[in-house]
Amino acid sequence: MIGEPAMNGDAGYRRRKITDAIFRWLCGGAVLLALVPLASVLYYVTYRGIGGVDLDFFTSLPKPVGETGGGMGNALSGTLVLVGMACLIGIPIGVLAGVFLAEFPGSRFSTVVRFSADVMSGIPSITVGIFAYAVVVLPMGRFSAIAGSLALAVIMLPTVTRTTEELLRLVPGTLREAALGLGVSKWRATLWIVLRTAAPGIITGVMLAIARVGGESAPLLFTAFNNRFWSQGIDQPIASLPVQIYTYAVSPFEDWHRQAWAAAFVLVALVLLLNVTAKVLVRNPVRGK
Amino acid sequence: MTAKADVSMSPPLLGVSSSEDEPATRVAGETRATGRTATTKDESIKIRVEELRASYGDAEVLKGITLPIQSHKVTAIIGPSGCGKSTFIRCLNRMHEVTPGARAAGRVLLDGLDINREDVDPVRVRRRVGMVFQKPNPFPTMSIRDNVLAGLRLNGLRIKNPDALVERALRHVALWDEVKDVLSRAGTSLSGGQQQRLCIARTLALEPEVVLMDEPCSALDPVATAHVEELIHELRESYTIVIVTHNMQQAARVADFTAFFYMGLLVEYDLTDVIFTRPKERRTEDYITGRFG
Repeated sequence: MIGEPAMNGDAGYRRRKITDAIFRWLCGGAVLLALVPLASVLYYVTYRGIGGVDLDFFTSLPKPVGETGGGMGNALSGTLVLVGMACLIGIPIGVLAGVFLAEFPGSRFSTVVRFSADVMSGIPSITVGIFAYAVVVLPMGRFSAIAGSLALAVIMLPTVTRTTEELLRLVPGTLREAALGLGVSKWRATLWIVLRTAAPGIITGVMLAIARVGGESAPLLFTAFNNRFWSQGIDQPIASLPVQIYTYAVSPFEDWHRQAWAAAFVLVALVLLLNVTAKVLVRNPVRGK
Repeated sequence: MTAKADVSMSPPLLGVSSSEDEPATRVAGETRATGRTATTKDESIKIRVEELRASYGDAEVLKGITLPIQSHKVTAIIGPSGCGKSTFIRCLNRMHEVTPGARAAGRVLLDGLDINREDVDPVRVRRRVGMVFQKPNPFPTMSIRDNVLAGLRLNGLRIKNPDALVERALRHVALWDEVKDVLSRAGTSLSGGQQQRLCIARTLALEPEVVLMDEPCSALDPVATAHVEELIHELRESYTIVIVTHNMQQAARVADFTAFFYMGLLVEYDLTDVIFTRPKERRTEDYITGRFG
């Protein structure tokens, strides 16, 4: 018979309760610790940066050294152009490569591709910059938006590929069978059922990749370089927020520091906006469950 | 055999004429495939399976099955786990090819045409021979309505009157009254039994000639099972049905013919009544009386 005292009175039970509490608090504490840097970065960037954000910041060019005012319109638009072009190159290739890896997982070629993607995601971004410098900047004879966006695309590629692959694998095989059983060809089943089912996750992965490259400065230093004026074309040097932040932050001018903080704030806000938009866009259009 | 010669009678399988000659709006059961079977000498046989062998890697699962599937009848395949019954029906619309490493040899004659021939497109076979799976698997990103239309849309067919088609298909599976007000809800929001009937409606919307069911009730509760069984009974009017089950009572309830498989071989095939009351084979009797399996 199991009586009340035996249920909660013995030492083993008390020890389990205590262990449980300790681990619960340890886990909770770890979450708090992890949130501290995030919250402080957000708070500090907002605190220092929000004051420098005005209409001029978005629409004007930087003023020459010594004059106060001016803005970062060129860097902001430059970042949008660079990231946009990087997406045009990186997302289609990455998603299709991920589909290949998920659909033909066993082939020798897949193993090589998967391994390369893993290695690539560990390559320092400045090395990717050197690569883009060697294959685009040197032959063209000048820095350009093309070179910068190629570097960013290369950085995005492994993340997009592997995220796509992992998420496609999570789609139950029964859905694929259901589609094939309806007499749907394999490519249509993959595209409209498997990829569609995995889409929210893939888009989230893509957004994370975009957010990551949006803040890269190292690979842009000797590819897109920088530009004090509006970009004249994608074969010309182009400004970007991260590089501008770097340039301004290391300068000796107080007004440039102020603008660097403002730029940092805008960059963070852009990334947040991107994430929120992604969440809204991919919300399942079908209601229920 | 007699049904072999009329290969030319089934053009849609060969990829020459496409979906255009099968208007999507065709009414269930109306003038079904009469043109195709008209000259087949043995009209009552829809699928003739001859010496069918199948294997996964080195393991041979089917060791030469010869079995006729009667047109507009329900044929049940029974047998203990691992006897090859699921593999068998997957071979009837080449779904076995989806499993890596699976191979099949022998002939599966659908209205006289061997579907395993090299020039036969498996996609077209599956449009004529639909399949319902063990676990209900509605597409989670689609509403109830879109699930019904999924097969047609994914095949790129134009749908003249989708609302009428959705209603007809859902009425056919006796689901219409339950879902008519919530057609835009996710297919996955329904109960298991409703989901399975939705999946059957999705298959029927494509107007197949044969419907294969791989243990369609094994994930359902008794009430839902009764619904689906009732449905199978009615579908026989318009479709040829092959159902795999390891519930012998179910086979006895729904099937006109029953085949007993054991270890990859066909032990006995006969009218369901005969199989369950006076089987000729000792092993069949042992299995249905619960002595093994």
